[in-house]
Formats: sequence, C-alpha cells, structure tokens
Amino acid sequence: MPELRSKQIRVRRLAAALFVLLGFLLLALPALAQDVPVTDDEVNAVAKDLFCPVCESTPLDVCPTQACADWRELIRQQLSEGSTPEEVQAYFARQYGDGVLANPPKSGFTLILWALPVVAVIVGGVFFTRYVRTLRTSAAEVDEEFEEDVVETAVPIPAKLIAPDDYKSRLEEELRNR
Amino acid sequence: MIPELGYIALILALAAAVFAAGAAYYGRHTNQPRWIESARNATIATFPLITISCLLMIYSLVQGDFSVEYVWRVSSRDMPTYLKVTALWGGQAGSLLFWNFLLSVFTAAAMARNWRKQKELMPYAIMVASFTQIFFLSISVFVEHPFARLPAVPVDGNGLNPLLRHPGMIIHPPMLYLGFVGFTIPYSFAMSALISGKLDDVWIKITRRWTLVAWLFLSLGLVLGGRWAYDVLGWGGYWAWDPVENASFMPWLAGTAFLHSVMIQEKRNMFKMWNIFLILLTYCLVIYGTFIVRSGVISSVHSFAQSAIGPLFFAFIAVMFVFSAYWMLKRRVDLHSENRLNSLLSREAAFLYNNFLILAILLVVFLFTNYPIFSELITGEKGFVGPPVYEQALAPLFVLLLLLMGVAPLTMWYRSSAERIGMSLRWPALAALVFIGVLFALGIRGWGALLGFWVVSFSLILTLLEFWKGTRARMKKGENVFVAYSNLMARNRRRYGGYWIHLGVIVMAFGIIGVEIFQEQTQIRLGVGEKVSLGRYEMQFLSATRYAGPDDLIITEATVDVYDNGRYVGQLHPRSELYTRTNQPMTIPNARSTITEDFYVLMINWEPATADQATFRIYLNPLINWVWAGGVIFVIGTLVAAWPDPAVERSLSRRRRPAAAPTD
Repeated sequence: MPELRSKQIRVRRLAAALFVLLGFLLLALPALAQDVPVTDDEVNAVAKDLFCPVCESTPLDVCPTQACADWRELIRQQLSEGSTPEEVQAYFARQYGDGVLANPPKSGFTLILWALPVVAVIVGGVFFTRYVRTLRTSAAEVDEEFEEDVVETAVPIPAKLIAPDDYKSRLEEELRNR
Repeated sequence: MIPELGYIALILALAAAVFAAGAAYYGRHTNQPRWIESARNATIATFPLITISCLLMIYSLVQGDFSVEYVWRVSSRDMPTYLKVTALWGGQAGSLLFWNFLLSVFTAAAMARNWRKQKELMPYAIMVASFTQIFFLSISVFVEHPFARLPAVPVDGNGLNPLLRHPGMIIHPPMLYLGFVGFTIPYSFAMSALISGKLDDVWIKITRRWTLVAWLFLSLGLVLGGRWAYDVLGWGGYWAWDPVENASFMPWLAGTAFLHSVMIQEKRNMFKMWNIFLILLTYCLVIYGTFIVRSGVISSVHSFAQSAIGPLFFAFIAVMFVFSAYWMLKRRVDLHSENRLNSLLSREAAFLYNNFLILAILLVVFLFTNYPIFSELITGEKGFVGPPVYEQALAPLFVLLLLLMGVAPLTMWYRSSAERIGMSLRWPALAALVFIGVLFALGIRGWGALLGFWVVSFSLILTLLEFWKGTRARMKKGENVFVAYSNLMARNRRRYGGYWIHLGVIVMAFGIIGVEIFQEQTQIRLGVGEKVSLGRYEMQFLSATRYAGPDDLIITEATVDVYDNGRYVGQLHPRSELYTRTNQPMTIPNARSTITEDFYVLMINWEPATADQATFRIYLNPLINWVWAGGVIFVIGTLVAAWPDPAVERSLSRRRRPAAAPTD
C-alpha cells in the first residue's frame, strides 16, 4: 500500500510539474506572439482612420504629441497580439467613443450624417425641378419667336447691355455662322 | 500712455460708426442730404482712427511693452521685428482689431468711391456697413480689449505661436480677413437696394469689382493656407476638411454661386430675389466663419459657453438674418422676375445648375462641419467627421460640377439646340477617352481615377476650345494669332478671365485627383547608411545633427541622399524643431519637387542617445504641384476679370451721370 501510495504521489507530482510547465509555456505564448514584427506602415494604416482622442480633428497617424505616440504604440501592441485592424478600431471606439472614428459606421446616430445630405439634396432637387418647370410652362408661348441661330441678335436686348459688349455679340454671331 | 491712446482711438471709431448709422437714418428720413454727407464722412473717419489704433498696437509690440496683456501674450524680446509687427494678428484681441482695420479700409474706400454716382443707395449702404462696424468695434472695445494692461509688468512675453512664424502663415490670415470683410460691401449695397426699393441691377454693377476682389482674397487665403499646411504642418497633405478650413471654404462657395448667378440678372433681369439671398448667405457665412474660428465652438460646445464672444456672434448673425429676411419678404412682389426661362438648355439654366450643385456642396460641408455640435448636444458625445466621409459625399458633386464647367460655356442665352451642343461635345469626349486609354496603357488603374481624369480632361479640352474659337473669330478680322488672343482677353475680361479661372480649377483638379488617389507613403526607422525605397525613388540616411536656432529654437536636421530610378538627384534636409519656451514640436518637411510628383520627407524621430538612427515618414505625392500651378492660373484669371476696363467704366458713368447727379 505505502509503495502504491508513494507511486501515486510521484505521478501526481509529475503531473503537477507538467501542468506548471504547460502553464509557463502558455504564459510564454503571448510573449512569443509579440515577436511578430509590426511595421510602422501597418500601424499607420490603422491610425489613419482614427482621430487623436485629445487633439481635435487630427488623424492619429500624423499627430506629433506624446499621447498620440503612446496610442500608436497601443495599436502596434494589439496588432502584434493578433488583433485585426477592425478589432483595434472597434477597441478605440469602445474606449473613446465613436467620435474617434474618421469613417464612422453607417448606423445609429451617425446615420444622420449620411441621411441628411442625401435627403436635403433630393428635396432641394425636387423643389428645383418643380420651380424650373413653372418657369418653363409660362415661357412656352413665347418660345417660338426664338430661333437658335438668330437668338443673340434677334431678341431685343436692352441697348445698355449691348453697348460695352457689342464685340461679344459679333463674335458669337461669327461663331455660329462658322 | 500709448496703449491708452490706442484705446481712445478705438472708442472714437466706435462713436463715429454709431453716429454714421444714426445720421444716415435721420438724414434719409428727414430728407436732409447734409446729414447723409455727415454720415458718410463719419464712416470714412473710422479708417484713420482704427489705423491710429493699429499703429499704436504695433508700436507697443515693437517696443515690447509687456504691461499690455496682448503684447505679453503674443510676443517676446528676442523675436525679430517683422514678427513683432505681424503678431498684430497672432492672437484673439489683435486679430479682431486687425479685422476692424480691414473692414474700415473697405468701407471707407467704397463710400468714398461711389458717393457721387449713387446718392439713392448710399444712406442705407452706410447704415448696413456701419452696423457691421459697430458690432466688431464693440467686441474690441468692450469684450476683447486689445490694450488691456496687466497688474504687474512681466520681464518677457510668451512669444508668438511657432505655427504662425512661417511666411505663409504671416500673409494667410490677412488674405482671408480681406476676403471676409470684402463681402460686407456687396451685402451692404444689396440690403440698400432692398430697403430703398431701387431693385434694378445697379447694386450688382457697382459692387461687382468689390465682390470679385473679396472673392480673390478668399481664394488666395485658401490656396496659401493649403500651401502653409503642406510646408509646415508635416502630414503630407494640404487640406483636411478641418472646421477652420471649412469656415473659409463655405463663404467662398456661396460667393462663387453669387458671382455666377448675377450674370443671369444682368443679362435677363431674372432671379433678383435669388441674388440677394446668395449675397446674404455669403455675408452670414462670413460672420459665421469668423465665429467658428474665434469661438472654438466646433471643438466643444462648452468652449462656446465659456468664450465671451460666442453668444454675441450668434446673436449678431441671428439679427442680420432676420433683418434681411424681413426686407426680402417685404419686397418679394417687386423682386418677382418678369422674364421666363425659355429652355432647360440655355446659359441661364446652366447657371442655375451651377448654383444647385454649389449649394448642395455647401450644404454638405455645413452639415458635416456642424455635426460635432449636433452630436454633442443630442447624444452628449462629440463626434468628428473625417476626410473620408467628406470625400465620399462630395466626390460625385464635384465631378458633376467639373462636367458642367466644361459644357456650360457652349450654351447660349435664351435657348440653344441640343443637336449643336451634342456635335460640339462629340470630339472632345472621344479625345478625353483616348487620353484615359493612354493612361490605362501606362498602368493607371481604378475606375474612380479614370472617371475623374476623363471628366477633367474633357472639361480641359472644352475650355481650351473656347479660347481657340474666340481667337479664331478675331483672326478672321485679319489679326495674327497673338494679337487676336490678347485682344480677346483684353476686350472680354470678364468672360475670358472667367475661363482662365475655370482652367485654373481644372489644373487643380488634375492635381487633387493625383494626390488623393495615388499618394503613397511609408514610415521606417533607418540606421546611418541604410536605404528605403518608395515608388521610383530611393533614399539613403546620411546623418543627423542637433543645433540651436534663433530665439528659443532647437533644430534637429537630417541629411539624406535621394535617388530617382537609381540616379543621384540631390540631398534633402528634413528637420524637426522644438520651441523650448512653449515645448512645442514641429516637423518641417523637405521635398524634391518635380512637375509629376513630390518626394516629401519628414523626420519624425531622432534621439541623441541613438544618434545613428532616425525614423522617417516619406510621401510620394503625385501631381501635387498642379494644385499650386492651378492656384496661380486661378488668381491670374480673377485679376483679369476684376481689372478695370476704361471703356466699360466710361460707359457706365456716362449712362448714370445724368440720372444720378444732374448738376455735375
């Protein structure tokens, strides 16, 4: 019995030792992973689409302050630990708010950013075409008098407009008669 | 004593402006020309008074009177004299004083010049211009007091912000300010036309050159600002859609729309209301731009509450907008256009499309610039809009605008035939297609770039053809090609000056597409003797040294050899500067510039402990010099368009004199 017992103890000790060793190996893994070199260019590619969280509206890749140098170091560390650029950006957005994203996601409140101009331009466009159309319809009846090739000379333009400009109308006539 | 005299001069100027507004109103309503004349003299008097105030401020700066808070804030003993002078616009209070000075220059000149010709418009123009002066002078006198004294006299001052010591930054603010204040003149006359009911195009004709000059300075300010950013800020670019940049870009856009649409009113007597609206918009954006720059509202809503001038500016914009809107509504029946649009394919329609596109761009820039304010107010979190967002939203609008720029000169007033325009477009379109075919064969890929290059080359061909058509029409009269061309320019300054401006924009567009789409960059740490390559270029790090510069400056300068396709082409000296007093670092690039690209080198890190190593950031900026060249062409075109034409001047005053001043 005691022999068996001591054998069991030895096995256990061995197992424990192995476990500890494995633990050390596991701990060492990130250290090994950190050796994956991340170039400055890879860091800048991520930082380019982020704003420096303290200096307003300065992209993180070009900001010269020490704080930004530290943040770029953070990006380098995360990339070296295997994070994808998107994950790093998501991390920054979580930490400092969506405001640090130079190209914010098209969702939530930032959707306004995309919706407003589109809506405004469409609404403006509708009003614009309707306005131009009203100008057009009331002009239809006087339209026939204007023939393309006599326009500038046939229409009674107020004399004051022609006076300083009569070379111009001649020039345009010549261009048309070409 | 000297600062107090400066302050007294400023108070007197404010009093003169208040008197001018009151006297103009009183004289107009009691029909006493002597009061109006007195109002005009008071307006002109603000100019010498504010000049005295500015000169006394410069005297205090040059003498180094650090008992004055502003002098202490922006200058120091060891600064060279020219920087002490330019420190006048190196801080808040001084900038506003300088702004007041430029406003008085423009106002006094406009009042002195148009006095005899425009008796009817003058009273209200004086009132509106004086009101603007009263606002800005009040800020200087009551809020941002430039001559305020410190309780104890410090030994030395803080020195000027290092960013502002570059020559580009010394002339950039005055250019922008001149552009900003210049728009006060057309606005004042537009409001005067509205209030007096004299709604023909006289106000447009007499303010045309003021508008062009203001617009020219604004354009110069924008281009110089871009050049300064490129040379000093050290991030490889020239435009970042920063709120402060947008603040001057927005009035420029509105002014551009105005310069185009006034031609419809002059030719067809249409869109009177619209033109008044556009100049009102430009003016409000000018004030708003000053407000953004001076109050720091974009960086934080809280700084708006803290800064004393924020709410004042806001109130002023609101008052001016309501005042203008009230008069526009009151005169809306008189402003109704009698003429009608005859065709959707006509010069006037083309100007309308131009206005639509420019205002769409303006709207997008406005919404994006103000987004941080909205988002902080609504969600409590500050959000910024980065350049990628601007580029995605604006690129289609800019492409359409460039296309219109090429095609619009082919249209004619009243009506033009689609057939003729189609025929004229056929060959240029094909030629542009051949051009991008060549680019494709040379290895340029990406549909965005190819589409962009097609549009700009198409517009380029059409614009050059406009010059050729005009020149050839003159040559038929027996002139040789050079005489014909110079006569064409000289006798149609506005039209062909305008086409020069278009040409400048097109050349800039080539550059912008090149640098935006094809910019390459890399960052690397090099040991002495090591090389890095980017594109055709190779760079070898030779050495780096650190030495003391002027003032409190410590300069670290690297020397690198540059090879183009393996051939040695010269040395570059990128450097980093540290202003020890404020502990502010600057990274000054050095670039090898050619017509095709810039090889732009920054040294971003070097430590004495590891003296044989340095970190470099290198950019290859294709076609960047086309941006600056386009800017130069643009400015030449504006000068041609704004240059006084003696023949036109004579005919204008001949026509007006009997009506305006029968006794002359």
